[in-house]
Order: sequence, then C-alpha cells, then structure tokens
Amino acid sequence: MSKAAAPVSERAAAFTVNGKQVQVTVPARKTLADALREDLGLTGTHLGCEHGVCGACTILMDGQAVRSCLLLAVQADGHDLRTVEGLADGDRLHPIQEAFWEAHGLQCGFCTPGFLMTITEFLAENPKPTEDEIREAIAGNLCRCTGYVNIIKAVQIAAEKLSVPSTRPPAGD
Amino acid sequence: MKPAPFDYAAPESVEETLALLAEYGADAKLLAGGQSLMPLLNMRLARPAVIIDLNRVAALDYVKAADGEVRIGALVRQRAAERSPVVAQHLPLVSDALQWVGHPQIRNRGTIGGSLAHADPSAELPAVAAALGATFVVAGSDGERTLASEDFFQGYLSTAIGATEVLTEVRFPAMAADQGWAFVEIARRHGDFALVGAAAVVHAADGRLRDVRLAFTGVGPTPVRIAEAEAALEGRALDDRVLADVARLVSDRLEPESDIQASAAYRKHVAGVLARRVLTAAVLRVRGRS
Repeated sequence: MSKAAAPVSERAAAFTVNGKQVQVTVPARKTLADALREDLGLTGTHLGCEHGVCGACTILMDGQAVRSCLLLAVQADGHDLRTVEGLADGDRLHPIQEAFWEAHGLQCGFCTPGFLMTITEFLAENPKPTEDEIREAIAGNLCRCTGYVNIIKAVQIAAEKLSVPSTRPPAGD
Repeated sequence: MKPAPFDYAAPESVEETLALLAEYGADAKLLAGGQSLMPLLNMRLARPAVIIDLNRVAALDYVKAADGEVRIGALVRQRAAERSPVVAQHLPLVSDALQWVGHPQIRNRGTIGGSLAHADPSAELPAVAAALGATFVVAGSDGERTLASEDFFQGYLSTAIGATEVLTEVRFPAMAADQGWAFVEIARRHGDFALVGAAAVVHAADGRLRDVRLAFTGVGPTPVRIAEAEAALEGRALDDRVLADVARLVSDRLEPESDIQASAAYRKHVAGVLARRVLTAAVLRVRGRS
C-alpha cells in the first residue's frame, strides 16, 4: 500500500477557489461547505439542509455544479472550485446576478448563491434555454420566498445578457 | 449535522482499495459519489471508523463497448453516462432512466456503481439493471466474481458485496436494433425518489412481443420482475386487452409496503398503470426504429 493510502484523521488539501490557490489542513470529516465558510471565510456558500436536498450550498467543481455539503474538504485536493464570491468582477455584478436584481429573483436571498452557481453551469451548457428547460435546471434548488416565477424570469434575462457580446464577462466565464 | 469523526484514506488503485478493505473491512465504508453516503454521515445515521474514498481510483472510470456488451466502470459519474454516446447507442434505456436520477448537481457527482451498490429500493438504476440483465463484477482479495442482478440485490439497501470486496464494473448486454425500451416513474416531485418506477425492454420485430423484461422499483426491497407477466406477453401483439390483462396481473402480484409517501394499494395500482405505459412506449420505439 502506498503511504498516501493509509487512513488519517486530518489531512491537507490544496486547491483553487475563484482562481486563487489555497491550502487548508482539516479534519477528514469536515465538509467542503464548512471548510469554505470557516477556514476560507467564503460565507457566500450557504448551508440549508446539509444532506443534499436544498441546493443552497451549490458550487462549481471543475465547472460542474455540485453540492458542497456532500463533499469532504479533503476531496477538493487538486480541483478547481468556484463559489458565488467568484461571480462578480469587483463592484460589477455578473450578468446572472444583474438579472436576479432586475427580475426581483430573490427576497430573503438565502438560496440565491446556490441558484446562481447552478444557473452558471446551466447557461454555459445551454445558452438559449426554453422555459421548461429552465424549470428542470433549477429543480434541484429550493426557494421558499419567490415561488420561482421571478427566478425563471431572471434566468431568461440572464440568457439574453450573456448572448450579447458587450455584456459578456471576461474570459473564463 | 456534522459527520462523526473518522479516518480517511484515498487509495489510487483497486489493489490499494482491497488492501485497505482487508485491513479495516467491516469498520470501513467505501465512498464513491457520496450522494447517499454523505447525507447518512452528516446525519450520523452511519458512523464508520474509516472512509475509503474511491474517487482517486481512475482505473474504474471507463465506458467500453465490446463483444455485444457495454462495460461501465463503477466510478463513472451518472452525468457522464447520461451523456456518453456509447451508452446512448447501445443502452438507450440507461440514458433515459438516468435523467430521472436526482438532479444535475446530484448526477455530476453520483456514480453508476455507487447507486447500484447502495441498492436503494426506490432508485432507478437497480430496476434498469434488472430489466437489462446486467451482471456485476465484484473484486476481493481472492480475485473477481461475477454476479447476476437476481443474486446481486439481496434486500433493502443490501447486496452480495462482501465487507472486504468492492464493486468494480457493471456489464450490460448491448441492446439490439429491434429492441424497444421505456422507463417511467411517478414521484411526488421530479428528482425525488420514485414512489413507483417501471422499466420495459421488448423485442417486437414483427409486431409480436418476444423476450419482454419488465422491472419495477419502489415496490419491494429489491428491483422486482414478474415472470408471470413477462411470460403472458410472449408471442402476443400489444392491444388494449393484453395491456389491461398485464396491468391487472402486475397489480395483483406485487406486494409493496405502505409508507408515509404512498399506500400499498396506491403503489399496486400505479405499477399496473406504469406497466401499460412502458410497454406501449417500448413497442412504439421498436416501430420507430424499424
């Protein structure tokens, strides 16, 4: 057995978050969501249910939307993560965030980071979605305020914004 | 809502995994996509002493078609299988059924092998494996053994995988050009586990059914096939009377449990309705292809 394979209770993990290289040393049982919030101060990733149902903790890992409460922090080693803090360019909101603002796609805002990350992956893969496709895409994120209607509008507005080259965010998005 | 402490190992090969299992066996849990195990850990419903993380075992991530079979490595993500051209061509039932598994965020991490090894009685993939007659390759320190679906699924959340073994591969017979297929499920909300789900695979080259396989999820501790219903369809053309007979037979033979989501009587009724729907859709697909 290689040395790396022996079980340990604590371990270091090195990965990138929003383009920045970071390293944390954490108990093996610590979830990635908790490490992002507590060890890296990235409290934009919210925790609702902590068992993979609500979608509030959704982040991008290697470009794919995943539940960060269902990953261990040590599993992030070597991966590229993106959280809601990585969407805006300084004071300039990401087009998806702008669209949420314009369409009133949030009320309390607790679920919003998860929606934004889910929609970031979705619109990258499907830039001109139908309403049915949007409903399907956001089905894994729960919102108890909006009734979803304005979130769907926000995704439609975001798709339009992202299709206009002048409002497209810098490369890498 | 935090996991109890455990020790963590991340082997990079099947050999390392087996060495860890030999040492920690019953005290260890294998972690694949984590979409079922992580909630159990977070809620402390599972408190293993050791977690053996399979996600660095790159050798278990492959989809290969050869010799009339499609071999899927246990660590292939559900989303990758759903989008695999090989799976779409040779196992369209698998591609279709995967779209019913959780949500995209779940399928981005969840694995084919993890779902089958977890053997949730309401999950989609076990029923699909039963409908297609998949075989399971299980590795242990004494080598590999191959199990049929009927032998692999043993009960509620339980399979034939031993405490020192790991599921490495699932082999599906490639579907033939004259085979039709369908998967349908009823859930409270899309993305939830099925109350009842049904998978059908049929040959019907000349309009007469042959080798019908009908498997249900959510109606028993393991995926359920009803041999009597399958046999009753052999050589028949699908018409309203045949469909009504099969629906009745399915409802009569199943013995589901009642739970907070649905009564046994409701599940029996829905299973009959779904049997009609999947058979009808499967036969239409044969005609569509020929």
